[in-house]
Amino acid sequence: MLRDMISFRFVLLVALGLALVSCDKPVDSGAEVATLHRGLSVEPESVDPHKSRSVQAAEVLRDIGEGLLSYSAAGELVGGVANEWTVAENGLTYTFYLRDDARWSNGDAVTAEDFAFSFRRLVDPGTAAFYAQMLSSIVNVRAIVAGEKPPQDLGVNAVDERTLVITLDQPTPYLLSLLTHPSTFPVHRGSITQHGKSFARPGNLISNGAYKLDAWQPGSVLMLSRNEHYWNNDETAIDAVNHHVLTQEMTELNRYRAGEIHITGSVPPDSFKQLRSERPAELHIAPYLAVYYYGFNLTKAPFKDNRQLRAALSMAIDRDVLVEQITGRGEAPAYSWVPPGVDNYEPRRLAYADKSQDERNAHARRLMHEAGYGPDNPLQIELRYNTSDTQQRMALAIQAMWKDALGVQTTLINEEFQVLLANMQAREITQVFRSSWTGDYNDAHTFLSIMESGNPANLPGYASAEYDSLMQRAAGQVDLDRRRLWLEEAERVLLADHAVIPLYFYVSKHLVSPDVVGWGDNVLDYHYSQHLSLVPAGATP
Amino acid sequence: MLRYALLRLLGAIPTLLLVIVLAFLMVHAAPGGPFDDERMLSPDIEANIARAYHLDEPLPAQFVRYLSGVLKGDLGPSYRYRDHTVSELIANAFPLSLKLGAMAMLLALLIGIAAGSFAALRRNSAVDRLTMAFSMTGISVPVFVIAPLLVLLFAVKLHWLPAGWSGNEGIARFVLPVISLALPQIAYIAKLTRASMIDVLSSNFVRTARGQGLGAYAVIRYHALKPAMLPILSYMGPAIAAILTGSVVVEEVFGIPGLGQFFVRGALNRDYTLVLGIVIFYATLIVLLNLVVDILYGVIDPRIRQR
Repeated sequence: MLRDMISFRFVLLVALGLALVSCDKPVDSGAEVATLHRGLSVEPESVDPHKSRSVQAAEVLRDIGEGLLSYSAAGELVGGVANEWTVAENGLTYTFYLRDDARWSNGDAVTAEDFAFSFRRLVDPGTAAFYAQMLSSIVNVRAIVAGEKPPQDLGVNAVDERTLVITLDQPTPYLLSLLTHPSTFPVHRGSITQHGKSFARPGNLISNGAYKLDAWQPGSVLMLSRNEHYWNNDETAIDAVNHHVLTQEMTELNRYRAGEIHITGSVPPDSFKQLRSERPAELHIAPYLAVYYYGFNLTKAPFKDNRQLRAALSMAIDRDVLVEQITGRGEAPAYSWVPPGVDNYEPRRLAYADKSQDERNAHARRLMHEAGYGPDNPLQIELRYNTSDTQQRMALAIQAMWKDALGVQTTLINEEFQVLLANMQAREITQVFRSSWTGDYNDAHTFLSIMESGNPANLPGYASAEYDSLMQRAAGQVDLDRRRLWLEEAERVLLADHAVIPLYFYVSKHLVSPDVVGWGDNVLDYHYSQHLSLVPAGATP
Repeated sequence: MLRYALLRLLGAIPTLLLVIVLAFLMVHAAPGGPFDDERMLSPDIEANIARAYHLDEPLPAQFVRYLSGVLKGDLGPSYRYRDHTVSELIANAFPLSLKLGAMAMLLALLIGIAAGSFAALRRNSAVDRLTMAFSMTGISVPVFVIAPLLVLLFAVKLHWLPAGWSGNEGIARFVLPVISLALPQIAYIAKLTRASMIDVLSSNFVRTARGQGLGAYAVIRYHALKPAMLPILSYMGPAIAAILTGSVVVEEVFGIPGLGQFFVRGALNRDYTLVLGIVIFYATLIVLLNLVVDILYGVIDPRIRQR
């Protein structure tokens, strides 16, 4: 009683005090500054290009940093810090010429040595970068990451202030698009020496992109302002960019509707239909380089060495129903592993793709029968997915399709995401599981390489000598057309083996305010703030 | 007195240690790790990361390392928010959760007690029924329904108040979160006050006071209010705990970077250091608050001191 009395008074006093002092300072300084407000659905882990990992961190990094190459507003590969480059005939030596006016946000020149230093830092085991093997075809990357050679042995050489030479082990036609990835952005040497680990904090961070980081309130917002020293500053329209961390799609939508956010990071599935009729011009849905799939555990029964069974389960899924009834945001049904829209590539399709669902089901039943399953001996399997509404509805639908078409008895098991990850990797108890893969760069290799045997992202445990050898052949190929044929052939093998069931291809989903000018949809879903502008000028929503 | 306080403080150390050990074991027992992702890493990179964060050491060694850091006041770097330390994240988030919670509680007490007393005085009138109907609604409709509705009405339709936190300014951005947090509390406190006030108003000493000619206001102010507050005071205990841990739902709906959000995300992301840091922070806070209360007991009641 006395204790209650004391805490009661304590709270009253604290509350009164707080109510008096709680007048916060405004975040935005004034209406004359053109500030773009963007939503991020996940908080970036870091703005150190070598410590970050998520798509959202990359989005912020593309505003505050710049690599040797970049993408134009139209989605074309263009010069970034480098304005010219040459490739040797054997495809193994790249020479980059840096522009004279490339500057860090403190005015220092961006030099070739900055890039060489950054690439060495990226692969240094001590940095422990997630994307350490992003540039794995550069000479000695694997050995350095494994700690067998010093970072100095990396095949990157600053010939002079403005000339950088990169030497490769094997031809990598997509190297140029890799060099737009934030993990290949330069870091400022001086500030790493000065601040050590905390060099990437607001106030310390010196960056070379169109914007610089002014403030970061964890869990809330990253505030960027114009980098006056940026070489293309004259063409940059927007003065400040606030990346708001909004993990709840509904919260983000409400803020968009209230006019507080110009560009959302996502669109809630439940509001999609309504938005499509209410704000069709603001809703931007575009194909995206990511595939949603169900994988089989190929190392254990019943799916090990049982291609017919896998084929039957793959055929019996009506993907049109999935994308229309469950995801419903314009996703495309997937009959290939590599999404459409990848440069210089024509995805192969599953053999049954052109048949009707009835024909597929009939064929699937025959295959099940051949595999030894039937009404007397129904297949019993477990399907694992991570706990979420959409995943659950997807799993329920597929469970019903398998039951109706093939009499399969599927047990649904939802697991927390981290638990599912651990189980998929262990390949001990998993049978069928849900996963997805997002391309890191615009090349079929980013999808096909993960199914090579031994690739850590090869969750099914697919191991095909034929596939691996096709991928090897493609890797050694300088001729783009031939390389493409090898890759397409590899995909054909993968699909014929039914190692995975591709279900649908993701789309990028954004609401973009009519005040934003210059927005262009693209398969990588890259939208540099520097390419955008706001009308009417100076109007904050 | 000083000796008593010191003894109590010493007594708190094993409690805290036990909390740390249990929390440490529990976060590490959860499947998965802080760096697991759908994009699996190559074994070399995985090994480098484990080494960089000392996750390759045996668990006891990790514990000793962690504990020695904690003893020096260093809760370590967050695994998920890699540019921030855990201490920093807590220092940013806690004052916000506390501020919001305290404002909500203050509002709830003022309105709840006033409405409850009023309803008790006008028992069975239309006002009473209305108050109680509101109260039942407030208790039964969850915050995750109320908060988005408030946003829709006041931010999206009317544009009177901001819909979210970041990038907005001043006291305005507190209004909707505080109301969302306070509404269920108002309802509960009003109900409690009414019941308890009715009880007190029908007791002998109040009737005596009324019989001596005291007015209704004076009776309530000087005689009835204090005893009628007892159930509210008991209710305040858990309510304050809820304030301190922050309301995850309200923080999510408004995008407020409070401690509750970090705690939940830390657990989901297997951000070992962040979860442990927040657990230690809460545990220390509760131990300290209890200690302060006990010492105050001692100050007021000499019998406790002598024991």
